[in-house]
This record gives sequence, C-alpha cells and structure tokens, in this order.
Amino acid sequence: MTDSMLRLARRGLCAMLIACMPLVAFAALTADDLAPLAADDFDAKSAAVDKLIANADAPSIAVLNALSDGSLVATDAGRVLIQTDDGNKDPLTNKIVEAPDAQPVTLNNLLRSKVSGAVSGLQLASPDIATRRAAIDELLKNADPSIKPLVDKARAKETDPTLKKRLDTLWATTALHDTDANKRLEAVQLVAARHDLDMNELLRPIVAKNADGTFNEPDERVRAAAQTGIEELNSIQRRGEIVGTIFAGLSLGSVLLLAALGLAITYGLIGVINMAHGEFLMIGAYATYVVQNLVQHYAPGAFNWYPLFAVPVSFAAAAVVGIVLERLVLKHLYGRPLETLLTTFGISLILIQATRTIFGAQNVQVTNPSWMSGGVSIMQNLILPYNRLTILGFSLVVVLLAWVVLTKTRLGLFVRAVTQNRRMAACVGVKTSRVDSYAFAFGAGIAGLGGCALSQIGNIGPDLGQSYIIDSFMTVVLGGVGQLAGTVIGGFGLGLVSKTIEPFWGAVLAKIAVLVLIVLFIQKRPQGMFALKGRSAEV
Amino acid sequence: MTTPNVSANLDVAPQPDEQARRAGFALGLPPRAALLPRSGWIALIAFVIAMGICVPIAALVLPESSTFHLSAYSMTLVGKLMCYAIGALALDLVWGYCGILSLGHALFFALGGYAMGMYLMRSIGREGNYQSDLPDFMVFLDWHKLPWYWQGTEHLWYALLLVILVPGILAWVFGFFTFRSRVKGVYLSIITQAMTFAAMLLFYRNETGFGGNNGFTDFKRIAGFPITSASTRTVLFLMTLGVLILAFIAARAIVTSKLGRVVTGVRDGEARLMFLGYSPLAYKLFIWTVSAILCGIAGALYVPQVGIINPNEMSPGNSIEMAIWVAVGGRGTLIGPIIGAFAVNGAKSFFTANFPEYWLFFLGLIFTLVPLLLPNGIMGLIDIALRKKKAGGHSH
Repeated sequence: MTDSMLRLARRGLCAMLIACMPLVAFAALTADDLAPLAADDFDAKSAAVDKLIANADAPSIAVLNALSDGSLVATDAGRVLIQTDDGNKDPLTNKIVEAPDAQPVTLNNLLRSKVSGAVSGLQLASPDIATRRAAIDELLKNADPSIKPLVDKARAKETDPTLKKRLDTLWATTALHDTDANKRLEAVQLVAARHDLDMNELLRPIVAKNADGTFNEPDERVRAAAQTGIEELNSIQRRGEIVGTIFAGLSLGSVLLLAALGLAITYGLIGVINMAHGEFLMIGAYATYVVQNLVQHYAPGAFNWYPLFAVPVSFAAAAVVGIVLERLVLKHLYGRPLETLLTTFGISLILIQATRTIFGAQNVQVTNPSWMSGGVSIMQNLILPYNRLTILGFSLVVVLLAWVVLTKTRLGLFVRAVTQNRRMAACVGVKTSRVDSYAFAFGAGIAGLGGCALSQIGNIGPDLGQSYIIDSFMTVVLGGVGQLAGTVIGGFGLGLVSKTIEPFWGAVLAKIAVLVLIVLFIQKRPQGMFALKGRSAEV
Repeated sequence: MTTPNVSANLDVAPQPDEQARRAGFALGLPPRAALLPRSGWIALIAFVIAMGICVPIAALVLPESSTFHLSAYSMTLVGKLMCYAIGALALDLVWGYCGILSLGHALFFALGGYAMGMYLMRSIGREGNYQSDLPDFMVFLDWHKLPWYWQGTEHLWYALLLVILVPGILAWVFGFFTFRSRVKGVYLSIITQAMTFAAMLLFYRNETGFGGNNGFTDFKRIAGFPITSASTRTVLFLMTLGVLILAFIAARAIVTSKLGRVVTGVRDGEARLMFLGYSPLAYKLFIWTVSAILCGIAGALYVPQVGIINPNEMSPGNSIEMAIWVAVGGRGTLIGPIIGAFAVNGAKSFFTANFPEYWLFFLGLIFTLVPLLLPNGIMGLIDIALRKKKAGGHSH
C-alpha cells in the first residue's frame, strides 16, 4: 500500500490528498465503469470520466491522473491499466498485470481539458492553501461543469475567506446550468460581479434564443441578470477599446511625427518634396541595426543600452547622406521643384538598391533591449507595449530638440529667416546656400532618428522608407509648411483619425478616407492648419 | 476644337469692331504653328502605309524561320511600348504644356486597362477553371452574382465607354477639387501620387471585386477572336499604332490651338493669366481630363496585348517612371515623350534581361542625371545639334 501511494505521489498528486479522500458514500469503482475508456466512443469515455470525478476515491483519482499524464493504457479485451515503471498495474487491485497488447488510451481535446480540470478539481481538497489557490486559479480559466461535485464539496469546507470568495465564483461558473433556478440566478450574479471579460462567453448563451425562438434559459430573472452582466462587461470592454484606440492613434502619430518632422523643415526651407526622405528613415534604421550588431559582438554586456549609441549614430548617418545629397545634386536644381522631385526619387531608387546590395533584400531584425519588451497592462483588454511608449516619449523629445534648434540657436534663426524670405535673408548677409545644407542635414538627421525608432517596432527592409513618404507628406500638408506645431498636431491628428476609422472600415479604407479628408481639407485651408502669414505665404 | 470666348471679359469699353479686335488680339502672338510641316505629313503617311503593309506580312505571311518574321514576343513588346508611348504623350500634355506634374497617370492607365479587362474576363464565358458564368476569382470568393459595377461589361461597346468615362470622370472630379483650391506644383504632384497609392490599396483588396492582387488574366478572346492568335495580335498592334498616331495628331492640334496657347500660359505664368481675366480652372481641367482619357485608352490597348492587369500597374513607382520617359524624351515636345518611352523601356528590357540587379541603379541615375544635365531631354540634344549645323552652314 505504501509503495503504491508513493507512486501516486510521483504522478503529481499530493500524497496527503488520498488521506482526506471521502471514505464512504460512493459505490466502489468497478471494471465495468472503466471499460468505456478502452473503447473508441468519446461520448462514453466522457461519461466514464464524469463517473470517475463523482466517485473521487483512490482508484478513480489514480485513473484520472494517469489519463492526464497519458500513462493510462487499455488492452484489446477492454481492461484498463496504469503504466508504471514496474509494469502495467490494475487500478482496482493495485497488482502488476502482464498485458503485452496494451495501447495508450486516446483523448480528444474536449476530454483532455475535462480531465485536466478534474485533476485541478481534486486538488481543491488539498490541505495546502497554496495548492488550493493554484487549483482555483487554474479552474477559473476554464471550468467544466463536470467538476461541480468537487467544487460543491470544496465550497462547503473552505475556511479561508478570500479563497472562499473565489470558490463562490468558481462554483457560479459551474452552476450556471443547475436545475434550480435560484441557484442559477445566484450563479449568474456571481459571474457578472467578477467584471472579467472572459465571462462574456458564459453569459451570452443564457440570453441567446434557440432555433425555435424560445429562450435557452427559461427563467426571466436569470435572463435579466445575465443581460445586466453582459452590458456591464460590454461597457468595460468599450472603455478599454476607446483608450486602446487613442493610444494606437498617438503611437501611429508619434511615428508619423518622426517621419514628417524633417520633411517639414526641408520642404519649408527649399520648397522641395524630398522623395528620398523615406530613405533617410531607412538609413537610420539600418544604422541602428549595425550598432546593435557591433554592440552584441564587442560589448554583449552593454546590449541593453545599445539604443544610446544607436540614436546619435543614426542621426549622423542620415545627416551625412543628406548633406552629400544636397551639395552634390539638389543645390543645382533649386528653383526647379518638379525636376527636384524626380531627381530625389531617382536617388531614393539608388539608395534602396544600394542597401539591397549591401545588406541583402531580406528584412533584418533589430531586437528590442529587454527594458523595451513587454508592456504595462492598464486594463483587462489593454496592454501598452513599452517599445511604443518609449517611441512616444522619444518623439516628443525630438520635437523639443527641433524646437530648441530652430528657435534658440543662430542656425535656427537663419533657417527661419530663409524659410520666410530667402532673398531678403540673403540681402542681410545670411549665407543661404550654407543654411540650406545645414538645414537639409538636420532634417535628414531627424528622419534618421525616426528610423532608429521605427526599428524598435517593426522589421527593417530596403523598402522601409517607401511606405512612409506619402503619409509623412500628408502630415506636412495637414500641419502647414515649416511649422513645428503644425507638424505635431498634423501627425497626432492623422494618427488618431486613422486609428478611429480603422475598426469600422479596415486599414485600407481608413487610409483612403483619410486621403479624401485631406483633399477636402485643403479646399478650405490650402496652406495647412498653420499657414505662414504675410507675403511669404504665396511663393 | 472649341475656342472659348474668354477674351470678352477683357472688354470693358463698348465692343470694338470685331475685325480690329481680332487684329489687336493677334498682334502680340507669334504666328500659329502648323499642325505638321509638309514633310512631316508625307513622312507620317508613308510610315503608316509601310507599317500597314509590312507588319501583317512579317507577322502572318513570312515563315518563322525567316529573319524578317515578326515573332509574337517582339510584337507584344513593341505593342506594349507603343501603349507606354501613348501614356507618355498624355503626360506630356499636362506636364509639358500645363506644368502639372502628375504622379497619378499610372492610375488612369490602369483604370482603362481594368475596364477593358472586365470585358475580357466576361468574354471568357464558361471556359474558366470553375466553368461558371462568373469570373473565376468571384467563384473563388464564393460570390453568387455579379456586383452592380460589373453589369453590362459583357458588351465590348460598353467596356470601351467605361475606358473613356472612368478615367475621365475621376480625373475631372479630382481635378475640379484640387485645381479649384489652386493646389499646384509639388503639392499637386504628391496628392496625385497619394490618390494612386490609395487606389492601389483599394484594388489590392479582394472585396473590391477586381480580382485582388492577381487582377485579371487568362483571357481567351476579344470580340469573338481568339486573343493569342497571330492575326488578332497583328490587328491589335496596328490599332495601337493607329491610336498612337491619332493621339499625336490630336495632341498637336490641341497645343497649337488658341486653347493650347492659354494652357501654355497657365504653365508659364498662371497669376499673370488670371490678371488678364482668364480663369485657369477650365483650361487646366480640360487638358487634365483629356490627358487622363488618353492614358485610359492606352491602358485599354495594353491589357489585351500583354494579357494581364493587376494593381501593381498603378503603383506610385510606375507613375513616376512615366514622368521620367517624358523627361528623357524632352517635355513639351510631344514627339520627345514617345521617343523617351521607347528609349527608357528599351533600356529596361535590355537591363532586366542581362543585368537585372543594375536596372534600378541605372534608372536612378537617369532620374538624377537627366534633370541635371539634360533639362530638355533627347529633343533638347537634337535641337542643339540642329542649331549647330545651321550655324555651321551660315559660316561657310
């Protein structure tokens, strides 16, 4: 006897459990009860498992545990045995039996969850409070009505008040289909009071109608309680969704902002849409990738802090490419905006193909540092990922940086002067051509920072920039040219509007709707929300 | 050709003598250029007759072993290039003469193609994989009846009507709203590109009802003739050539007309033109819509020859490539864009066959260097060469 108990303990069931098992009341387990387990009929198997649960004596528990860990076997003759290290053992007699033809008993998914529920249900009777708590938690996730007898029993015995409350909830989920309407009502009220969104699944069938138009649930009070519960859950869910949408909109907005900020500066300054602007994002992202690999290779200990190196490097990489581009090509095309458009598109093709040649056409992966992975759960159905939160903060820092550079430095003063009136600025001695170069490099560098941020939330490929150029231009159009505040509001506004429309119409139609809205918007305000005033407005 | 009587706005004083008014009006203008010089007409007619005789013989009569045999591959290739040339011509009308750089012409091209493709899909009949009256992709999506916008597309005449109406109406509506708010320059370019981009996303969706990212393909016949037969190909080829020539003459007629001069005025000094009492909106809309329709027709000719149309055709990159054909050939010349379309696409065929990985570098270089070094394109080069020759002739 001691020997077999030890084996049972090894199977994951607390040895103490056996000791406190009810010794009376149920008919002893017979071979006939077990026979269906050896057959192929899953309904009969399910009934047999129900019976094992109701019995809950030592042999039944042993069989359930064996079922749960897959060591239950059956002979062709219909005899059910438990596989042990010593050989196949008969659960009824605890004797080792020779059974060369024994095959494992198969379960389907439904049965498997039922059995695992039952094993947890048996642990409800454990004297160890931690085991009981774990068992309740496990069962709350997925409670099968068949374990109701075990829950009833545990509920009658539980002394710990917090556990008792949770057991009540557990009982409620299993008692939703009780024959007594009062019990059902109590159960529905308990379930609804949990404010757990998963409970919707349990409540919805109660108010549903059958095919013939009658209600599933005959009692009106129960239906009303369930309806109230569903409505409460729905409002919780809606609240979560609204906050989630706002966050997604702000997150998209921060990405758009990073992509568009540099564009707004260069467009405002030289009146040229730089079609290669998206490629500066790509360069920033690849710079981050390279930094990540270098850090991983030479200083694996500092891996968590590689973004600190990546930020300046991506800024510098994009800025250098930007200044080269401006000096070599764009400088010669000032005053011919449409040709500049084509030229910058050509440059973007060259940059994309060059990246493909160097890094390969495949996407490359940048790993988040550990402090950026995961998220904070602020509501049941809402987790805010740390990487998106970081980018949101980062974008605001970049805006602040741009603001400081444009309003507090000499270069910024010149940039604003040239944006407003190039000729007049030149007349008073501003070296406009040099200002152009620096401002272009600065805009490109900001795009590089945007690329660094993008690398934390998505894959990096040579085509990365292509998907952002139109969106970032729309942001600039919306916000007005050369206006920081306009770009900020344009970016966040665009992000929020897109994400608000998306749940109703899908991403593609949302994009189209946003575009139509922008075309209509520029009917009213062709210069964007924050137009430059005075003569410079008409260039 | 209609000549809007816009000059009436100018006359604040009582209407002067009509004769004198005309003379006064014509005073500052150089003489109107001829549609084509006499030698041009002769060359054109000779070319048409020669092609009309040679192509059918080369494609249908000569055996395949002959060096002069026109294979299906080369005929499709040249036919495709001619369609591109029509598109480039259309873009030159708006960019070269009106200063509107459209980055959305691939959309009009594809819309014409899709309208034609709808007819071609319907004419497959029950010979598709699923033996259904519906096009295969609809059966695949488990649709049971045609969407409303597919009604009537089994008739060729209706499809041809759509080829003209769909790009035309879209261009008109889009143009009306953007031109009215005086959006221009790069602003306008990017908005046209965004329009194309949005349309491409829309066409990529299966629910839109145009075959999703596979688009239309596996056509069987056109107007009752098997679409892959040599004679059908020859007819399509000659039709494309005919349309290209007609489009060229029509475009030439537009730009040499009085209306065309106002359009050129919009390009060179819109504000000045407005002070003179013109409203640029109607002129811009006219040239823009004509251009879009022409592009749609090019697309409609393209699809039966190439045998496939999918949303890739309207990708923003394609639109920008069209602009570079015009730039390479020389914008504002009409003949230049045709040359440009052939040159760039010829180079593309050559590169993608021989050095596929360098094509984008080459294309990028064209984009970068042509505006820098060759602002007037190939036609500009020819012009310089001709002028030098003339100057040389004088010195002798």
